[in-house]
Amino acid sequence: MDTPDTPHSPIPPTPLPWFRDGILAAWPICFGYIPIGLALGVLASQAGIPAWAVTMMSVLVFAGSAQFICVAMLAAGASAGSIIFTTLAVNLRHFLMSSSLAVHLSGVRRLFLSFFAYGITDESFAVNMTRFREGNWGRWQAITVNQLANLAWITSTTCGALLGQFIPVGAFGTDYALTAMFLALLIFQLHDIIYIFTGLASLCIAVLWYLFIPGDSYIIGASVSAATIGYFLKRYREKRR
Amino acid sequence: MTFTDYLFLFGGMGLVTYIPRWLPLYYLAHRKMPQWLIDWLSLIPVAILTALLAPILFTDQSARSLEIGKPELLVAIPTLIFALKTKSLGGTVLVGMGLYWLTGFLLT
Repeated sequence: MDTPDTPHSPIPPTPLPWFRDGILAAWPICFGYIPIGLALGVLASQAGIPAWAVTMMSVLVFAGSAQFICVAMLAAGASAGSIIFTTLAVNLRHFLMSSSLAVHLSGVRRLFLSFFAYGITDESFAVNMTRFREGNWGRWQAITVNQLANLAWITSTTCGALLGQFIPVGAFGTDYALTAMFLALLIFQLHDIIYIFTGLASLCIAVLWYLFIPGDSYIIGASVSAATIGYFLKRYREKRR
Repeated sequence: MTFTDYLFLFGGMGLVTYIPRWLPLYYLAHRKMPQWLIDWLSLIPVAILTALLAPILFTDQSARSLEIGKPELLVAIPTLIFALKTKSLGGTVLVGMGLYWLTGFLLT
């Protein structure tokens, strides 16, 4: 912030620059959420879930994969208890993401952290971690990313539920938007050889785990094992120096 | 299902989704974390990103079997090169989508 006696600059300060930064970082996520959100809404309406319930689900849960599983399980007549348990299993991976974000949000007010936590998804985590690491990123930019992604998600799932079958899903390669975003963020994360080895280890473990163990445990399993391998590689390299 | 049924179900799902997102942040952000934990956590993003991408790129997700050379993987190669050269997130998303869209025409 400018102090009152600073000589004023010729360019007027942008109102809320952190908000603009947040928008610039969030748009690929929002873009990627639209086709997935529409698809979820369409599936839900086919399963007989009313549009208001889809909106309620997106507001209360805000977790794409768990919501798809919920729709499938409701359509199959599963009990609420089993759906809630499955949701817990699918979303436990966010425990790791929340821990990693804590490094960059240390000392921030607990009330802010409690709001921030609601918006931690695979996508917002990946974008925010990359920006935090590059520097020049703060909690307000980060929560803007979370909340814009949330808004895009609630809007697109609701539209999907309302419009049902009228929307062509997957046009213009939108199916690939989030994959391409993950690929780019992965490239930005490869700071040195240890990170490359960690990624390769995670890739091999994830593929094998995915092929042989049903469910979504491969995400946590592969990331924890690969990060541990990477950590010991790093320790080994430091000792040899 | 009634309004109350949905509220109970989604409320429960919301709670079990929120707690793992909230608990580590709430506690760890106000603790002095040991260096080994910080080092280990710094490797988590790259590990999670690859784990999320692995089945999309290398497996047939409906049959849950290995598949080398699916369109997602072929498109990933130029997309990765573009990301490496330009360091642009938005550009990479658009290039990836465009190539995937074109691949859809070429393969059908």
